[in-house]
Amino acid sequence: MEFKEMFFMLTKGTWDTLYMVLISTLLGYIIGLPLGILLTITDVDGIRPNPVLYKILDVIINVTRSIPFLILLILIMPFTKAVVGKSYGTTATIVPLTVAAAPLIARMVESSLKEVDKGVIEAAFSMGAGYFTIIWKVLVTESRTSLLVGVTIALGTILGYSAMAGVIGGGGLGDIAIRYGYYRYETGIMIITVAVLVILMQILQWAGMLLSKKIDRRRGK
Amino acid sequence: MPVIELKNVTKIFDEKKSNIHALSDITLSVEEGEIFGVIGLSGAGKSTLVRCMNLLEKPTSGEVLVDGKNLIALSNKDLRLMRREIGMIFQHFNLLMQRNVRDNVCFPMEIAGMKRREAREKAMEYLEIVGLREKADAYPVQLSGGQKQRVAIARTLASNPRIILCDEATSALDPQTTGTILSLLKRINKDYGITVVVITHEMRVVEEICDRVAVLDQGTLAEIGPVKEVFHNPRSNAAKNLLLERRINQMGANAADGI
Repeated sequence: MEFKEMFFMLTKGTWDTLYMVLISTLLGYIIGLPLGILLTITDVDGIRPNPVLYKILDVIINVTRSIPFLILLILIMPFTKAVVGKSYGTTATIVPLTVAAAPLIARMVESSLKEVDKGVIEAAFSMGAGYFTIIWKVLVTESRTSLLVGVTIALGTILGYSAMAGVIGGGGLGDIAIRYGYYRYETGIMIITVAVLVILMQILQWAGMLLSKKIDRRRGK
Repeated sequence: MPVIELKNVTKIFDEKKSNIHALSDITLSVEEGEIFGVIGLSGAGKSTLVRCMNLLEKPTSGEVLVDGKNLIALSNKDLRLMRREIGMIFQHFNLLMQRNVRDNVCFPMEIAGMKRREAREKAMEYLEIVGLREKADAYPVQLSGGQKQRVAIARTLASNPRIILCDEATSALDPQTTGTILSLLKRINKDYGITVVVITHEMRVVEEICDRVAVLDQGTLAEIGPVKEVFHNPRSNAAKNLLLERRINQMGANAADGI
């Protein structure tokens, strides 16, 4: 393959991967953030305990998280087709990626919010704060560093999953690695593709950690 | 006129193995404008008692009247409004760690729906009262314990309360800092006529600032009266034990000085 051709393919692959990862993570948070908040407040020591609701959410999330991504990918193909119109390609891959991301994100949000000091929540109640104020201005704001670390982990995990989606023609770098590297034994392309994935992961990790440190006021200035 | 009245307040915590009687049939009243102390050993139910006064803990039975209104009968919304008149400070300060000092003081005003600019201006006035104006832009992590408690006091003042509840507010502080916080509380009580309720296990706190004191013993009210009376002529065993314990501590301190 010509260099120019390969360069074009890799650029497009990188773009496709970023598109899938970013959109799925965003959608994952749209579903996972409220779920994580619900898990936190309905737990026994939460601000609005509700054992039944907690248990239901808990089970749903555990079940979804137990399904291996590759199986999930195939399992929800009819659903994907119903939503996007087809079951292969970059946009279609966003559906299973989001389904995999949401429960993972919900769990990470839950664990971040649960780190918030109970005393601070009590203080907010004593000031006459309502549930909504406590959720946004105490729980979410106080745990923002930890939440951002969670975003970094989520992006990394989804990046890994997106590469797996190449198996069923998901598009992106994973797809290239499998089609050229695995099926056609073009080891060179496979190595380059993997290298690009590694670099992407490094950048995500580095930027996430830098940002979360920057917004943390607990370590002074 | 009493500003807080507890009538037959009982609190039972349902634990899996046994029920814990944290408070049994407590009846007492706190008068407007006084500094009222509640003293007792740890586990006596002091923290539960003070949390019943703003309903952070809901009593199992009994009534909690603030300004003649029964808090238990209030709707959630009215209770939230009522809580703004009852400030509270804590042993571990409970400041928002991700907000600077000024924005911490703004928090109760935000809850009350005040405009941000106005709140920020007012915050500086409250910080002036506690002598921390120059720390407005600092974050809690950069402050000492005494400074954090002063921010917490400024934050409480920001909701313009009629009552301030102090839950072991000086227990995490050294003796000297305890002194400054106590005199600040006394000044606030005097200058603004705010009723102060102080929960503590330290005799010193009660002696220094309280007008009246209630002695709690294993969830029951052992004794209540003016501080001088209770400390000079204790009638209950719980009060006698507290005094005895202090005398032993003082003797120990004197002996150490003698060496």
